[in-house]
Amino acid sequence: MTFEYASAPESTSVVKIKPEYGLFINGKFLPAKGGKVFSTINPATEAHLSKVAFAAPSDVDKAVAAARTAYSKVWSKMPAAERGKYLFRIARILQERAREFAVLETMDNGKPIRETRDTDIPLAAAHFFYHAGWADKLEHAGVGTAPKPHGVVGQIIPWNFPLLMLSWKIAPALATGNTVVLKPAETTPLTALLFAEVCQQAGLPAGVVNIVTGDGSTGAAIVNHPGIDKIAFTGSTDVGKGIARAIAGSKKSATLELGGKGANIVFEDAPIDETVEGIITGIFFNQGHVCCAGSRLLVQENIHDELMAKLKARISKIRVGDPLDKNTDLGAINSSAQLEKIRELTASGVEEGAEQWSPSCNLPSKGFWFPPTVFTGVTQAHKIAREEIFGPVLSVLTFRTPQEAIEKANNTPFGLSAGIWTDKGSRILWTAKHLKAGVIWANTFNKFDPASPFGGYKESGWGREGGRHGLAAYLKGGH
Amino acid sequence: MRVMDGTLPSIKGFLKTLSPVDQVGAEARAAMLATRSIKTSSKSWAIDMAISMIDLTTLEGADTAGKVKAICNKAVRPDPSDSTVPHVGAICVYNDMVRVAREHLDASGGKDIPVAAVSTAFPSGRASLEVKKRDTEDAIANGAAEIDMVIDRGAFLSGDLVKVFNEIEFIKSICGDKAHLKVILETGELVTLDNVRKASYLAMAAGADFIKTSTGKVSPAATAPVVLVMLEAVRDWYEMTGTRIGVKPAGGIRTTKDAIKQLVLVNETAGPEWLNPGLFRIGASALLNDLLMQRMKLRDGHYAGSNYVTLD
Amino acid sequence: MRIDVKKTYKLYIGGAFPRSESGRSYEISDKKGNFIANPAQASRKDLRDAVVAARAAHSGWSSATAFNRGQILYRVAEIMEGRTSQFVDEIVATEGVAPAAAKKQVQEAIDLWVWYSGWCDKIGSIYGSTNQVSGAFYNFTIPESVGVVAAFAPQKSSLLGLVHTIAPIIAGGNTVIAIASEKLPLCAITLSEALATSDLPGGVVNILTGITSELAPWAGSHMEIDAIDASGLTSSQDKEVRVSGADNLKRISSFKAEATPQRLLAFMEHKTVWHPIGI
Repeated sequence: MTFEYASAPESTSVVKIKPEYGLFINGKFLPAKGGKVFSTINPATEAHLSKVAFAAPSDVDKAVAAARTAYSKVWSKMPAAERGKYLFRIARILQERAREFAVLETMDNGKPIRETRDTDIPLAAAHFFYHAGWADKLEHAGVGTAPKPHGVVGQIIPWNFPLLMLSWKIAPALATGNTVVLKPAETTPLTALLFAEVCQQAGLPAGVVNIVTGDGSTGAAIVNHPGIDKIAFTGSTDVGKGIARAIAGSKKSATLELGGKGANIVFEDAPIDETVEGIITGIFFNQGHVCCAGSRLLVQENIHDELMAKLKARISKIRVGDPLDKNTDLGAINSSAQLEKIRELTASGVEEGAEQWSPSCNLPSKGFWFPPTVFTGVTQAHKIAREEIFGPVLSVLTFRTPQEAIEKANNTPFGLSAGIWTDKGSRILWTAKHLKAGVIWANTFNKFDPASPFGGYKESGWGREGGRHGLAAYLKGGH
Repeated sequence: MRVMDGTLPSIKGFLKTLSPVDQVGAEARAAMLATRSIKTSSKSWAIDMAISMIDLTTLEGADTAGKVKAICNKAVRPDPSDSTVPHVGAICVYNDMVRVAREHLDASGGKDIPVAAVSTAFPSGRASLEVKKRDTEDAIANGAAEIDMVIDRGAFLSGDLVKVFNEIEFIKSICGDKAHLKVILETGELVTLDNVRKASYLAMAAGADFIKTSTGKVSPAATAPVVLVMLEAVRDWYEMTGTRIGVKPAGGIRTTKDAIKQLVLVNETAGPEWLNPGLFRIGASALLNDLLMQRMKLRDGHYAGSNYVTLD
Repeated sequence: MRIDVKKTYKLYIGGAFPRSESGRSYEISDKKGNFIANPAQASRKDLRDAVVAARAAHSGWSSATAFNRGQILYRVAEIMEGRTSQFVDEIVATEGVAPAAAKKQVQEAIDLWVWYSGWCDKIGSIYGSTNQVSGAFYNFTIPESVGVVAAFAPQKSSLLGLVHTIAPIIAGGNTVIAIASEKLPLCAITLSEALATSDLPGGVVNILTGITSELAPWAGSHMEIDAIDASGLTSSQDKEVRVSGADNLKRISSFKAEATPQRLLAFMEHKTVWHPIGI
């Protein structure tokens, strides 16, 4: 007999999903105009989870009005230290209800419970705790001695880290004294709505946080709303460009966290076993639904074969399946549309002559699944080396010299993340200096922290989130 | 396959080809594997496997024939109330207790259980080669089928790798086909994971059948990152030479949870081929009773009490 | 009687002083309508050439030590000081202000170079950070130049506005294509002559004179330009470059005429680097 791990599913009894959720406006749950709703499903099973209100532009109007009133009457007048205490409260409640959030996130998103439990939810709480402490220290944020908030901030977040992205957006906005209207992604609205309950439990004044669910049209209503002073968006580069165009000529400023095609550079003297782990984390963390994923592996040619052998052996041990199983490493693809996109791009890889490899794995019959996949023999000209796949698909390229690695790494319109693997300190700093990327992980990958600024160069976006730099973006004139 | 001879250039040359270890990355990997959740049928399998891998150990200045006989009885029948419990992997004692252990095991139904002797001036290793030689010969003559030798950590740390290599090779020649050689690296004194990796290869190249983490007299002992790096070493050694070397963590593994984490490390690093007492052992004493209590819990459906396992 | 030797006002691209490739020039006159000069009227192709020069210069300028950049900016101030009277004459002629006011403007501009000179090796210390992340990692953030910046200098100031625009951009390690005030371009050319003799590598600053509305759309849509200082654009031109600039998500800002470190930061990226701490 071999050591087969019996399934270890996390209990869902901790979560009570309501049959229907309203919009969270001015501290209350309200139906959308005309009672319009849409359905959210579990991508691992395609089971219906709940019905969620579909916000029309007039609902966005209501949310913006509530946020404006809360800003001018309550939030901007409150002593900063008291404002901070609300954020501390929220952080604590998120910690208290961490298991509930983790299970709900896994059900709505499809990502493994190990990640929601160990990464998403603890980091979300940490973001509120970190920013809570900033609220009464804004004069030290590097934006002058009397920095001012923007006012009402419109925030639009993606489906890959639903609660974590919400915390990246709401925590700094509230700490700096702004009020918010936030739209969660269409496929993952539930933890944002559970967060609305946390706001209620925390006694947060009505209208400081408003959550409107819907699709791109709801997002557009936020972007174009004249009552909004600043936009914060995380999502695709295409949508980000659309937002940049839409707010041109207006008084709105914007923070944009967009796509990436991160180069993960492995030099011949890399610590090979940890490098293999880092490559795995870089591309298979969160099913590769990560804008900063290390999706382009750049390997020094003289260790290519050795590294690929070890990498493939390790990938064969990845456990794909039920996201609620505590032993699952790779969960479900978030939606059928995303699965289709991954399939299209991988098909182009094969068409263009790259070699596709996946370990044998039994994918569940229901739900949206894609196996961990590696393309070797990829060159810069391949579509899979240029376009963001946003899935568990790694493209492997080679280089001969550090200069060539830099040239290839930077040869992309994106500039979000990069990885460097080498034992040589001076080479790490040389490589980091020459990479055009906002976040560089040396001998590690996909690490996140509220104190660490995150954001991209070039078409990966505008501004930073996290740390003092991310905070400054929520203050007028801050860079 | 001979990857290095006993000369310093050859040893250093080979060790230079080894990849460095990033401590934080290795710790993160070990910590991630520690989150594996082992339940029901897997847990029951893992508990029995862990019992059969234990080198049940007593290495005290206060050891007596009575104490050694008691653990020999425990080794043969870990749970007197349940005959389905497997016997342990070996008994591990000081040199002068080898004969007592061998004779008592033979007399009480434990012929299959080998006796391992800690040898070569255990635990410090600070003795002349002649003494180490006699120590080893004496243990084998008294019935030891396994020799747990210590490396000369002072020599390793001072760069005298030739001395470390030659001692292992020499003790191996004394063991011949009469005894298996386990080489104790005493990783707590080597400190860095880079040193653990180098010492693992040095030991394997010099003829070790097993590489073992610790004497149990130095802390930290068998930490998960250390065991991870040693498992990587035996895995890669097999790739290179076609020979499978065993691994024995010892020291600090006290609970069923600890033991199962070790098995997960083995399974996901070296692979399932290493999941047998021929290639993986756990040096422990208190661990056995915790495994037995967990086994009772799985069998009976309620938590066991400490008075229902024997204290030996 | 001696006839003055008048200056031909040319462009400044890649350290050289070419005429516009188009052969065009346009007439500049004083407040009373009297002819002053025929500066070059830069074309989109001159803009393109300037971008090539700026891109080529960026790697060297951005990797020069901050101390070195600071010394060069200070050198610009030194050289300008010696040309004060020439700047004053040009400001008087084009802006129609009194010599004292013109002189004040020149001195302010010189002092601005000195101020930004000192920022070169401090911006990283003040606006970079080591970040206290949870875990065994060393994590730091440093500001870096964004790359190639097109800068539309304010229209109503011939020298001071231009220096407000150029100095922070290059202090941060960027290279720049500055488009001078359309009606007040003479000081820009004289400034370029000062820059050319200030140890500033060719291509770090490129100066174009010409029609703002002609050049703005090409700058907005140029995919090799990373950022734009839109201070000298009208609101409709500003909107237009923001729309076309979205194609490669240019960083676009405009400023009041004030000296602040936020002007440097507007054209800098923050790079964050993680590394494990272990033995």
